[in-house]
Amino acid sequence: MSGAATEEPAVAEAPRGIAPKGLRRVAIVPAHNEEGNVGRVVREIRDVDPELEVVVVDDGSLDRTAAEAAEAGATVVRLPFNLGIGGAVQTGFRYAFEHGYELAVRLDGDAQHDPAQLARLVAPVLAGDADIAVGSRFLAPSGYRPPFARRIGIAVFAKVVSLLVRNRVTDTTSGFQALNRRAIALFAADYPHDYPEVEATLMVFKHTLTLTEVPVTMRERGGGSSSITALRSVYYAVKVLLAVFVGALRRNVTPLQER
Amino acid sequence: MTPLIVSVAGVLASLVLLVVVLELIRSRRLRERYALLWLLTGLVMLGLSAWRDGLNTIAGWFGVTGYPPAVLFAIGVFFILVVLLHYSTVISKLADQNVVLAQRLALLEQRLADAYEDQGATSRRK
Repeated sequence: MSGAATEEPAVAEAPRGIAPKGLRRVAIVPAHNEEGNVGRVVREIRDVDPELEVVVVDDGSLDRTAAEAAEAGATVVRLPFNLGIGGAVQTGFRYAFEHGYELAVRLDGDAQHDPAQLARLVAPVLAGDADIAVGSRFLAPSGYRPPFARRIGIAVFAKVVSLLVRNRVTDTTSGFQALNRRAIALFAADYPHDYPEVEATLMVFKHTLTLTEVPVTMRERGGGSSSITALRSVYYAVKVLLAVFVGALRRNVTPLQER
Repeated sequence: MTPLIVSVAGVLASLVLLVVVLELIRSRRLRERYALLWLLTGLVMLGLSAWRDGLNTIAGWFGVTGYPPAVLFAIGVFFILVVLLHYSTVISKLADQNVVLAQRLALLEQRLADAYEDQGATSRRK
């Protein structure tokens, strides 16, 4: 893992596009009841890179999420009912895989991921240094201080996962990611349920894909509520730890097929 | 006091349950979400079987003085009831989703048929 060695060279003009011209790329935005944020997210992404197709996966929202996303110019995939973040994100990966995209980025529909940092995030993937790049809040000092309980949880997951994959991973709960075709194929074929990021990190190493972290800063959620509430976080911690330890004993590897 | 052989049998049975559940998760035939209650059941039964004094004390709370393992049995039944109730809610949700899927599929087929018909009409007009 290379970590912070991905500084973007200073560009005089505002860069248009995050990847070479003609490279087929897609932004996957899972959204559940985010009518207040999703339109802004879509517009910001399109401003950063006009060649980037934006796919919003509407995870059974009861509000105007799908309409707002479509008005802002996104392709909208509506799930008939709420699948949870894992199922929603995988829908996006399947879309990316079936439509032959070479590069995918993933941003949350609540606007906490800043599209302006996409160019930095995709750099290691474009350079061929990694199959997947994850935006980490903890690689560089950023002033981000999550609440105490969540900070403990994040630290424990990072420690456990780092030990299991024998690599330093600092942010296992980040949904700000860039993936090449190989990583898209893996996640299209197999992706964890419920709270997927921690287990997905393990999967990546198990399939001998390379993962690198890129320092990012995240914004405050633009309103709405996080999917992780107090009671759920207990379930989250137990379920993910169980999945991580049992998953470490799994030997079966999902075969990847290119089509 | 609980006969030793009953405690040993209880411990063994709980361990078998735990191992089977973990193996089912590992081989991906059981999702973690639905395994948690089973694991809790196994752990509680294991604890009560192994901790013989504790079982006596708990039996005392419920006025069971003659045969403490009866409490082990009762708690086992209670957990099975909880698991079954949980599954009833899961089945209800699946049934609801199944209805939505069937409706979506039917509407989609109808739209597709319409689209084909439109296409046929256009090409005939040419």
